[in-house]
Parts: sequence; C-alpha cells; structure tokens
Amino acid sequence: MRPSPPANRVSHYLRVVAAIIWKDLASELRSRELLSAMVVFALLVTLIFNFALELDRSARQNVAAGVLWVATLFTGTLGLNRSLAQEKDRGSLDGLLLAPIDRSALYFGKAVGNWLFILIVEVIILPIFTILFNLPLLLPLQLLVVLLGSLGYAAVGTLLASLVIHSRARDVMLPILLFPVTVPLLIAAVRASGGVLAGASWAELSPWFNLLIGYDVIFVAAAFMLFEFVVEE
Amino acid sequence: MSKASRPVQILNLVTAVLMLAMLYLVFFYAPLEKTMGEVQRIFYVHVPSAWLSFVAFGVTAVCGGLYLWLKRPMLDIVANASVEIGLVFTVMTLASGSIWAYPAWNTWWTWDPRLTTYTIMALIYVAYVMLRQGLDDPQRRARFASVYGIIGFISVPITFMSIRWWRTIHPVVIGGSAESAQGKFAMTDPMVVTLLFANLAFIFLFVSLLISRVRLAQLGERVEQLKARLLAA
Repeated sequence: MRPSPPANRVSHYLRVVAAIIWKDLASELRSRELLSAMVVFALLVTLIFNFALELDRSARQNVAAGVLWVATLFTGTLGLNRSLAQEKDRGSLDGLLLAPIDRSALYFGKAVGNWLFILIVEVIILPIFTILFNLPLLLPLQLLVVLLGSLGYAAVGTLLASLVIHSRARDVMLPILLFPVTVPLLIAAVRASGGVLAGASWAELSPWFNLLIGYDVIFVAAAFMLFEFVVEE
Repeated sequence: MSKASRPVQILNLVTAVLMLAMLYLVFFYAPLEKTMGEVQRIFYVHVPSAWLSFVAFGVTAVCGGLYLWLKRPMLDIVANASVEIGLVFTVMTLASGSIWAYPAWNTWWTWDPRLTTYTIMALIYVAYVMLRQGLDDPQRRARFASVYGIIGFISVPITFMSIRWWRTIHPVVIGGSAESAQGKFAMTDPMVVTLLFANLAFIFLFVSLLISRVRLAQLGERVEQLKARLLAA
C-alpha cells in the first residue's frame, strides 16, 4: 500500500468504521427484525417485573432504575448475539476479515453499531417508561447515564459475542460470559439512574458517573486490544 | 512419564507435611479466641484459600496474556489448570466462610460486598470453564480462554470497588476495618504465626496441585495422540 499522510489515514479509518456501522443499520432498516424484537422484549420484561414485584407507587420510585437497567441488559444480549451470529451464519464474517481493513476498525464498527441499536431501543422505551411508571426519565443527566452505561455494555458485549459465535452452545453462552463481568456497570448505572430520579446532588452522583466512565475507558481499551486475537485465523 | 519426577515427589511430600503441621498449629498452638471460641480457627483455612484463589486467577490472566503473545500451548495448559484449582479454593473459601458466618453473624449468607464480589468472581471462572468446553479447536479454545481470562480478571477489582461503596459488615482483620464490621478481633502473636504458616502451607498446596494438574493434562494429551496413532494404523 502507498504510504499516506496521518490525517488521511485517520479519515480512512473512520470511513471504514462508518461503513460497517452503515452496513448494519441499512440491513436492519430493511428487515426491521431485530429492533422490533428488542423493543417488544424490553416492554415484556418491564411488564413482567411489574407483576413479579407488585410495583405500587412508593416501590416504583425505588426500583424503576433497576427495572430499566435489567430490561436494557437483557434486551442488549438479544442484539449482541444476533449482530455477530448473523455475520457468521451468512459467511459475511469471512468477507469482513478478508477485506484490507484494520481489524480494530471492524471491532469499532460492530461495537458502535450495537451501541446504536441499544440506544434506539432506549429512545423508544424511555418515553413509554416515563408514562408507565409516571416518573421523569427524560432528563439530560438520565440520558447521559443511558449513553455511558450502554457504551460499556456494547464494548464488552461485542468482544464476548465474537467469542461465543464459535461455541457449541452459543445462544446460551453470551449472558453467562457477559453478566458477571458487567456487574460494576450495572451497579453504577442503577445507582446513577436512581440518584437522578431521586434528585440527588452532584456530589452524591459523581462517584457513580466516575465509575461508569472508568469502566467504559478500561473495557473499550481492553476489548480493542483483545479483539485482534479473537479474529486471528 | 507415568511416574512423577523426583523433585515433584519431594514437593508433594513437603506439602503433605506442611499441611499436617498447619493443622497441628491451628488446633493446638493457636490460642482460643475469646468471643467467638473454637469456630474462629476456621479463619486459618478461610484466609489462605481466599487469597490463593486470587493468586490462581491472576496466574490464569498472566498465562493468558503470555499465551496470546508467545502462542506456547503449555501456557494455556497452566492457565486452565490454575482456574480449576482456583475454583476449588473458591469453594473452600465460601464453605468455610458460611460455616463461620452462622455462629458469628447468625446467618449462612449475607449480601455483603465482599461475599457478593467473591461469588461473582466464582461465576466468571465457572463461565471460563464452560466457554472452554464449548470450543473444539484447541488453538481457538486457548485464544478465547486467554481473552476471557484477562477480561474477567480486570473486572474483579472494579466489581469489588463498586460494591464496596455500599456499606460492608465483613471484618477486615488485616489492615483497617469499617465501623460496622461484625466479628473482628485482634490477633495475638501465636495467631499471626499460625496464619503465616497456613499461608505458606497453602502456597505449597497450590504449587503441588498446579504441577499435578498440568501433568494430568499432558498425560491426557499423550493418550489422545496414542489413540489417534492406533486408529490410523
């Protein structure tokens, strides 16, 4: 390949990442299979919690953040599982790996795509949540929690999903691998969401935001470095 | 190959002697603790097995990293052996902790940060074992297990920190302890000696088990090779 100036290389890299994201979005926009399934699933989880926990008015305020995040994580595994399993089943993973692109660009493309899917689901279910639970969920800070929480989840989830697609029991393996390592993320997100709902001060909220950001930074970096070894052959 | 080499036999013997000596110290040398009585003696098994489980999982993460770099199959065998032994120590820690907790805290289990973190860590490594079982290709299994071993090990301290920000009742006998801790006690010199000796004995136990487990894996591989040769002939 011709040596190119650094700025050119960066914009090339970003174009590759954008192309992969666009590919996933375009194929989803045509079929609309995954997103509709994710939204319905998220709503079902919410309803089931409502029955299982007997959510009266006072309990609702306390557990709404927990219900929101558990629904998000469960729904997220659906998207993550599909995102890479589909590539493998259709044989397009080999095509992507043969393309003359940086492997990390492939990772970022897939991870950002998964992040976007989770965010799209959130955009749909947050207003519904606001109505169902009668709580102000559409605050800027709340949206920031959603952004940061789902970022870390998509980052680790994409890496682990690329492991389990080769496993024999792949449909059941992803949550088993993913949930234990995302516990800190869940705790921080639930605490931050709950704090924002209860109108906590920034001093109370900031440790959880720091934890969210720290988790995101550490795991995006780790997943970015390790992904290369996953797709090595 | 069928018999362990001389140095390994000697090591195993030393380990056995040290474990017996440790039991003697625990039951006859260490003084009776004033408030908790005999049950406190379980501390000398609980603490060494707890910290050696961390060492074992650390060995797995380091061997995983080295495997990804050097691609020596031996490193993967050691990583896997270390996880299995780490899980044995984890179960010992949880069991001995529960037995101690019932008289000391009046409950077998509590959702305390340390207990919860520790259990999540155990689940991470159970998932590690399950991931390995689902993968047939040895090289891919080694690479994927290395990746997950590293991700899992990074997440453990973050999980611990995140849960620690809630209040804890687990006593911190070595180093500072929270005001709310229940069942803490001051260690006298014979207690310190016993604990240190128990740690030494457990280090020998860990190394002995690790060597034996690696040998078992090598013998297993040899059996597979012989089978393959027999079938080919």
